[in-house]
Amino acid sequence: MFSRILTLIIKELQTLLRDRQSRTILIVPVFLQLALFPFAATLEVKNNTLAVYNEDNGRESTELMQRFSQAQAFTELLTLHSEAEVRRAIDNQQALIVLRFPPDFSREVAAGRTPKIQAILDGRRSNSGQIAFSYVQQIINAYTVERLASLQKTALSTLVVRYWFNPNLDYTWHILPSLIAIITTISALIITALSVAREREQGTFDQLLVSPLTPGMIMVGKTVPAMLVAMVQGTIILLAAVFVYRIPFEGSLLLLYGSMVFYILALAGFGLLISSICATQQQAFLGAFSFVMPAILLSGYASPIDNMPVWLQYLDWANPLRHFVVIVKGIFLKDIGLVALLPNVLPLLVISIVTLGAADWMFRRRLG
Amino acid sequence: MNAPVSIRRLRALCRKETWQILRDPSSNLIAFVLPVVMLLIFGYGINLDSTAVNIGLVLEDQSPEARRFADNLYGSPYLNVVTSQTRAEMEQALTAGRVRGFVVVPMDFAEKLKRPSDTAPLLVVADGSEPNTASFVQNYVSGAWSSWLQQRASERGETPAPSISIEPRFWFNPAAESRNYLIPGSITIIMTVIGALLTSLVVAREWERGTMEALLASPVTRTELLLSKLLPYYALGIVSLFLCVGVAVFIMQVPFRGSLLALWGIGSLFLASSLGLGLLLSTVLRNQFDAAQAALNAAFLPAMMLSGFLFEIRTMPAIIQGITYLIPARYFVTAMQTLFQAGNVAPILLNSGMFLVFAGSFFIGLTALKTRRRLE
Repeated sequence: MFSRILTLIIKELQTLLRDRQSRTILIVPVFLQLALFPFAATLEVKNNTLAVYNEDNGRESTELMQRFSQAQAFTELLTLHSEAEVRRAIDNQQALIVLRFPPDFSREVAAGRTPKIQAILDGRRSNSGQIAFSYVQQIINAYTVERLASLQKTALSTLVVRYWFNPNLDYTWHILPSLIAIITTISALIITALSVAREREQGTFDQLLVSPLTPGMIMVGKTVPAMLVAMVQGTIILLAAVFVYRIPFEGSLLLLYGSMVFYILALAGFGLLISSICATQQQAFLGAFSFVMPAILLSGYASPIDNMPVWLQYLDWANPLRHFVVIVKGIFLKDIGLVALLPNVLPLLVISIVTLGAADWMFRRRLG
Repeated sequence: MNAPVSIRRLRALCRKETWQILRDPSSNLIAFVLPVVMLLIFGYGINLDSTAVNIGLVLEDQSPEARRFADNLYGSPYLNVVTSQTRAEMEQALTAGRVRGFVVVPMDFAEKLKRPSDTAPLLVVADGSEPNTASFVQNYVSGAWSSWLQQRASERGETPAPSISIEPRFWFNPAAESRNYLIPGSITIIMTVIGALLTSLVVAREWERGTMEALLASPVTRTELLLSKLLPYYALGIVSLFLCVGVAVFIMQVPFRGSLLALWGIGSLFLASSLGLGLLLSTVLRNQFDAAQAALNAAFLPAMMLSGFLFEIRTMPAIIQGITYLIPARYFVTAMQTLFQAGNVAPILLNSGMFLVFAGSFFIGLTALKTRRRLE
């Protein structure tokens, strides 16, 4: 039995890696994504333009403007002189945020009253706007606290802020572990989803079925190559994260690869289920895609799961990627142990049993 | 010698292609069902609006001063505060992700506050593995902290407390709902999928099934072949574009301020470039499996990561910003966000349109070139 499965695995690997074009397509994108996405996929706001319409020009507003121009988020400071210029700067996206100081701003500050700065943000990019606005708020906060302290001679209290698991709040530390999860997802799912469909389209599936292989053995034969490819890709990203991006790997490799096995089983379950329903490669590919895209978007990588409506959070429980992102980040950055991982590993186990069982049932039904 | 396009042959080819699309339930699925499902997921699943963050509070000092500070934390609409007796408990909760940060008021806080020569420190720990949320934690806590300082100063009448208030106003999107800008962007992703993924399979399929040789042996010209692959999918794409906009406007209540004509124009240009890209991959790779993978990597992922739909382009390093200029989705995202929220802003639309014309002719032209080589 084992030699039969082994033969099938070797045959599958040969189809996958048969020619240069196929090998290139499995490996080159991984490197491209590794080079591009860690720098691109951040919600940070840097190098943006801040525009100021200063009707005041007093000491306080000038001091604040200087502080804004020193912030990393804003490399360019645009000075505006009229209402019309404010409108144009936002409409044409020249600036993400425009600050408007009222004419009596400095006098009000000096008199100890509370003047109001107006911040106009580009609602087309309201998220970046909110983040940029929070930087502005921080700068203003720091300024008022310093003023208060200088009036009282010694600072009354300080806030000591520590970021655990990522002391410098470096976005690549958040992205690369997630990338391990995302990139392995795409290939593992497509390989399993398309493998059976391809055989069906080319007519070789019937040959497989009349061979002494059982549907279960065929499924193992289709799952193992996908697992190998996904693990190689995952390892490439892991190595790059540690040696190129210099992100310290805190946890246990054994746990990482162990949970990866469960994860790919869950994916293979979905992939084979799609494969068992579809007649052509096009259908299988579209099916795989309809699964991958929501899985990535709802994985908690792009936007926090806590922000989703409750019904969607429950639905998202069936999304294996959501659990695996937590697992990889937990092991990579937080050195999470087996016990703390269980709440995320068990769902993977349940998902794989259900989907693999369903796929097996579908294949048998088609046979009968 | 044949004329480059014979209307009769083109019509026959288009009809064959259309039948092939209509017969396959999966094409209908991707053109009409998938866009709606995806829009709903985008609309409800991706929410970047900063809702209240869960944080912990460890009050090692139970003095009235410490309580006053704690009240400011409880009062913040941006924070959900859980109280705990020990740091260890909070450290565990942070590791497990149950809280995104915690604040420690140390034992000697009130005492240090009393002594004029001393500074009373407060400790804030945030979960750096979620950098975005971590900076929100820092920001909200320091906001509560500085309002506590000012309250305290003004109550004691020590010095007039200077404070500056800042009031945000979001143009085009007054409530700053992220849905209003994510939906136009996600329509771009959906169009990329429909355009590039479907066409990436069509030519490769003919090669795999051996029907390409039959086509090549017929009097069909290169232009006819290309057009017959483009036109039916263009029709499919444009119908589904309007379907998406309809769902966005009427079901998800996203305001649309531009003109439908501009939408049609810019949408057609974008479809031309993404259909062209898919067709190019299909023509070059001749293998459905490879073409599908390549389309995913060349069309979907860049549209998602490098188009500015979710991630700010200005934040990226210069080289990567340079690369984003080559991605058609970038222009369509800008155009769609503008059409939806700002209306017909001519400079932005013209600029995007021009690039899309260029990208479309590039991909389709290159496909034509590759097609001729295979014919010989």
